[in-house]
Order: sequence, then structure tokens, then C-alpha cells
Amino acid sequence: MAVSTNTILICAGGACISAGEKSVKQVLEEKLREYALDGVVRVVETGCMGACDLGPIVAVFPEGVYYQKVNTENVKKIVEEHILKGRVVEEMLFEGPQGKIAAEVYEEHPFFKKQVKIATRNLGIIDPMNIDEYIARDGYFALTKVLTEMTPEQVIEVVKKSGLRGRGGAGFPTGLKWEFTRKSQSDKKFVVCNADEGDPGAFMDRSILEGDPHTVLEAMTIAGYAIGGQKGYIYVRAEYPLAIERLKNAINQAREYGFLGENILGTGFSFDIEIRIGAGAFVCGEETALINSIEGKRGQPNVKPPYPAQKGLWGYPTLINNVETFANIPPIIIKGADWFASIGTETSKGTKVFALAGKVKNTGLVEVPMGITLRELIYDIGGGVPNNKKLKAVQTGGPSGGCIPAEYLDTPVDYESLKELGAIMGSGGMIVMDEDTCMVDVAKFFLQFTVDESCGKCTPCREGTRKMLEILEKITRGEGEEEDLEKLEELGKIIIDSSLCGLGQTAPNPVLSTLKYFRDEYEAHVKEKRCPAKVCKDLIRYVIDSEKCVGCTACARVCPVGAISGEVRKAHDIDPEICTRCGSCIEVCRFGAISKVSP
Amino acid sequence: MVKVDLDKVREIVEKVKKETLEEGDILINALHMIQDYYNNFVPPEAAEEVAKLLNIPASRVYEVLSFYSMFSIKPRGKYVIRVCKSLPCHVTGGREVMEALKEKLGVEIGETTEDGLFTLETTSCLGLCGVAPAIMINDQFFGNLTPEKVGEIIDNFRGDKNAKE
Repeated sequence: MAVSTNTILICAGGACISAGEKSVKQVLEEKLREYALDGVVRVVETGCMGACDLGPIVAVFPEGVYYQKVNTENVKKIVEEHILKGRVVEEMLFEGPQGKIAAEVYEEHPFFKKQVKIATRNLGIIDPMNIDEYIARDGYFALTKVLTEMTPEQVIEVVKKSGLRGRGGAGFPTGLKWEFTRKSQSDKKFVVCNADEGDPGAFMDRSILEGDPHTVLEAMTIAGYAIGGQKGYIYVRAEYPLAIERLKNAINQAREYGFLGENILGTGFSFDIEIRIGAGAFVCGEETALINSIEGKRGQPNVKPPYPAQKGLWGYPTLINNVETFANIPPIIIKGADWFASIGTETSKGTKVFALAGKVKNTGLVEVPMGITLRELIYDIGGGVPNNKKLKAVQTGGPSGGCIPAEYLDTPVDYESLKELGAIMGSGGMIVMDEDTCMVDVAKFFLQFTVDESCGKCTPCREGTRKMLEILEKITRGEGEEEDLEKLEELGKIIIDSSLCGLGQTAPNPVLSTLKYFRDEYEAHVKEKRCPAKVCKDLIRYVIDSEKCVGCTACARVCPVGAISGEVRKAHDIDPEICTRCGSCIEVCRFGAISKVSP
Repeated sequence: MVKVDLDKVREIVEKVKKETLEEGDILINALHMIQDYYNNFVPPEAAEEVAKLLNIPASRVYEVLSFYSMFSIKPRGKYVIRVCKSLPCHVTGGREVMEALKEKLGVEIGETTEDGLFTLETTSCLGLCGVAPAIMINDQFFGNLTPEKVGEIIDNFRGDKNAKE
């Protein structure tokens, strides 16, 4: 075997691929061949490295130098400077929240230092298409330990003791779920992995499936052994074709190596896994709806109880866990329950993967210990809000969650603290919003989502959310009345009380939490017909400052409706009757003469 | 009108049956494969044949087809463009990208271009929030989009068609 001097890791997560990773890799390999380095430098495509907005990312080992925004041009420098001459290409270095990260200190940098990687331990490090790389990182060691040294009861005891709770949203203790399913009497039981990640802004499950598919297979097989099941299903969204492709490959490899199928590792235990692909329905992330969808039906939820642990897939006891929950299992088995329970807070153990998105400098995936504060998460790791804007609120939990205002930034992130604030942990989507965001608009946006995705089974959810949306639309048009706010609260409470599944029970949260913390903003819309963030089109006007306007005519030329008039070199004017509030004029004005006003 | 080859439908259903370990759950899988075969839609005749082969009423197939947004019983373009309508894309310029696509293609959401090349649709979160705004064209992702960039992407796909013909 050839000895390699360097290993170049190139991030092949969905985000980096969309940023041109494939062609970068091609040029990189060509360049290496040109210098006859292709025999000694390995190029490995890995899963998501986390810093999605800086992609494609290339890391050179053993030095541990991370390069950002690599393209087909500057990738040549990595070969010619770094690999050939041993000189780090300074200008391409990975830029964290506090500036460039030099090779020697990257592990000390807050972006990396505050992260504790358990569920995402292999992301960006191994080639997800190669089972050997997973095995080299202790892969399938936990499965071997479980099958050869532990009884199913002991496995469940370890998971219970670790304090692991479901990472899909509700936070139900995982060990208890396993125990309930084990105790259900049946000759047939199923393990289901819920990979129907649909919360806007959450993409940790996609990244884990794409970057480390074997960890999910291993954990599901362990779960199968623990509950006495014979078969597993992974229910993946059709929107994740790359995850599906890598999972299929992983399943085939695992079967080949004897980690799946008949008589696993010669222990007599048999278990196999299949993929089921969704077809575009958010509600299928709800476990009973998911079961219906696997059975080939409309994905509508059922009444609980009976819970899936008693009567699930085709009426058999079924264990359903989320992708990230499963990804925590192998390390817990290897390192022990006490190790896992030593991380995090009293009630929330271990780590949580968050997807930072919205108005934050470093968007991407981070895994942090439970109990970290929102401030550390957004400022130290995320680098804060760009363009010197002020942070206004953080939205967690997607359409089921709520908005947390800036004054609660020192709240520790765990299941209970977030719930107390009217938000939820959810699946880990964290959308940062700055002062330019209108909270009424945000609430309207999420409600629009729920209206689209409500399956229609329960009237309060189907009709109630639509009614709430109509009221919000009325308010953002400037036609709101004072009693509308009470109506929203009342309707919200009814929908929460009378819906069957998690979708309806949480749908009003974005409205109720913004009403709680940003009531003045709602009132400004209703009473003063004013949008303080200057977002709602019907409540704003564009005006030109005659002092600043030099009459360059740029705005008049770009205006699609001809609302701007004025002579050359003289101050221009916008006719609010014609103006459609598209904002094109602000973008082209080089003198800062145009601004938005709300009454 | 697409000619529906019922032998092919039978072949697909047989293949799915063989590949799955459990009996009851093959409907959605079969519909996915039929949709792939017929260029992004499920012809009603094919759906009826599936119902016959699986021994279920046609209404069961129809309720599944109409429930899931990814299935269509209307012909769609060769390329289905799915624009992410989730919040992270919305706050980073997704609206402008959508407008640019509508203008470039000359169609509204849910419509197909006259040349049968593109269908414009929206989708829930694609999980590409790190590179928002994002879209998907068939199985390919595109991120960090601007109105100019989507224009170029569409041009490339149009060129792709000419290259193949």
C-alpha cells in the first residue's frame, strides 16, 4: 500500500455540493496528477463539516489546516503552495467568528472549542461511502459489545441511565421508550428511524445521514436487539436524495460485512433494514402519520393511545426514534451511561445539534453541550449578527416553536428552560432574526406553513389555523382591530386543546409567543397602522430625501412601474399610489437618499 | 398525451414487490418508480393498473397520490424546479429568487413551460439553510442563489437539452 503524506478532506455535504464541491474535487485531483502527487496525497469526500456558508471547505491533514470558499481556481494554490512547498495559503484560511484561524490553533478557536461532538463525531472526518473508515473510528464496536457481552435488559438499562431524551422534538426519555417496546408482547416488532426531518431551518438529520450513515444503521440494530425486533425501516424524505443514496450504499456494505442480515457476527441475532421514501408531507414526521405512510397510506395521524410501542406498524409494537437520537447510541454503549450523563444539565443530558440559520454570521451545524446559553451559541460560535445589526429574537423549534426575545439570551438551552419561555427545543433549528424582522410577518409566515401542511383531519387545526392566518393577514394589511389580538389568543388555545397530533397542538406557538413578547409590535400594526420593522408592504412608503438626492436617475430607471419622477440632477420623487414597494430603488441608490418609512 | 405501457407498469410493480421484505407497504414505492419512469408524473391509466395489481380500490391509490405533494397526476416538465419556501430562505432573498424564476420561465407556481422543459413548484425546507436561498432541480441542489444565478442555471439546463438532442 502506498504511503500517503497528506490527506485532503473535502466536504461533500449537500450545502458544499451545491456550492460547487464536485468541480473543485475534479480540479484538485487533476492538479495532483499533474505533479504526480496522486499516489501520495489522498483526497477523501466527507460529510458536512458544519460551516455551510463558507463552503466548499477543504481540510489538509496531518496539519489540520481548514480552507474556506474553495473554488476551481484557488484550489490549485492548495496543491502548488501547501502540498508542494509546505506553505499555508493564508488568504484562504477558514474564518471563524473572531477572524482567520491559523493551523496550529484551530482546535482552540471558539467555533470548534465550545462544540462537543457526539452525534456528529464522524461528520467531516470520514468518507461516508466507505464502511472501513467508520470501523476505524470505533464503528460497529458498540454493536459487537452489545451482541456478545450484554443482555437486552442491560442495553436498555444503559440507555435509561444515560438520560438520553428524544432529539426529534418532544424530548421523551429514550430508554423508557425502548423498555415499553421490549415489554409489549409480540412475535414481531419493528424499529423505525424517523428521518422525515421537515422543520424549516433544521438540517442535522440530513447531515448525519449524509455524513455518517452507518451510525444510524448500527444504532438501529442495537435497538432491534434491545426490544426484540427483527426489522428496521428508515423513513427518509424524498427531498433528501443524497442521504438516500448514501444510506443505500451503507446498507449494502453493512450486509456484506455481516453487520446486517442473518446471524449477525455469528451471534445468532438477525436484523435487517430497509429504506422507505416519503413523498412530501410535513405531517409524516409525526410518528403515527409516519407509520401510516410506511404502510402505503395517506400520512394522517392516529389517536394515541395506543402508542406505537404497543401497536405500531401493521399493529405490531414499534420503536420510533429520530436520527440524531440514534446517532448518540453507539458512543453511549462504548463510553458508558455515566460519561454521557456527566454532560449537560440536570434534566437534559448530553449534547444537542443545532442548525444555525438566518441573520447570523456563521450559518451551519454545531453540536454543543445542553445548558450552553443562547448567547454563547449565537455570539461565540455563530459569530453574532452581521452588518452591526441588533439581534431581535431567536426562533427555535420551527413551526411548532416560538420566538425568544433578545433579553433572554442568557437562558441555558435545555428542554425545560426553552419550554418555560414558550418556545421548544424542537429538532434543533435555530433561526436568528435581527431588527429588520417584523415579528407579525414571522408569525404569519409560520402559520402559512401550518395551513399548507395541516393534513385536514382535525377541524380546529384545518380551519382554526386558516382563520388565524386570515386575522394576521388583515393585521399586516393595516386593517386589524383591537379585538383581533384577543381572538388570536383564544383561537390559539382552542387549537392547542383540541387537535389530535403534535402539528396542531403546537401550530399556534409562533403566534402566541410573539404576542407574548412583541405585543407592542402587534399593537403598532393594529392601532397606529404602522410596521416598526418596516416590512409589511401595505404599511410602509418609500421616500426620497431631497437633500441627499443628486438626481442621477438610477432609481427612476430601475423602477419597474415608473413610480419615480424628476429631472436629471434634481431631487426625485416617488408616487406612493403607483409604487409597489419592491425595494429595487433602495438597492441602486448610491447616495443613501431613499428610505422606508412607516407612517 | 403520454402512451401508457401497462407491461412496464406491471414490471415496475413486480420489481418493487421483489425488493421489499414486507408485503403491505409497496404502494408509495411503486408510485415513486412509476413517476420516475414517466418523467415526473403518474398517468391515471398507470395508477389504475397499480390498483388492479395490488388488489386495492383505485380510490386508495388516488387518495395517496393527492395527499403527497411530490406526486402529480398531471404531466410535469422534464425538470421539476422546487423552490424552498421555508423561513431561512425567505429572509435571505428567496422571494426575489422565486420572482426571477417566474419571470425567466414565464410561468406561475404549479405551471409547466410551453416547451415541456420546466415545472415550477415550491417545497418545504430542503435542509440547505446554510446556503439559503436554495432550490432543487430534479435531484440536484443549488444554493446561495441570487436572481442572476438562477437565470444562469436555467440557461444551462436549456443548453443541456439542446446538447442531448
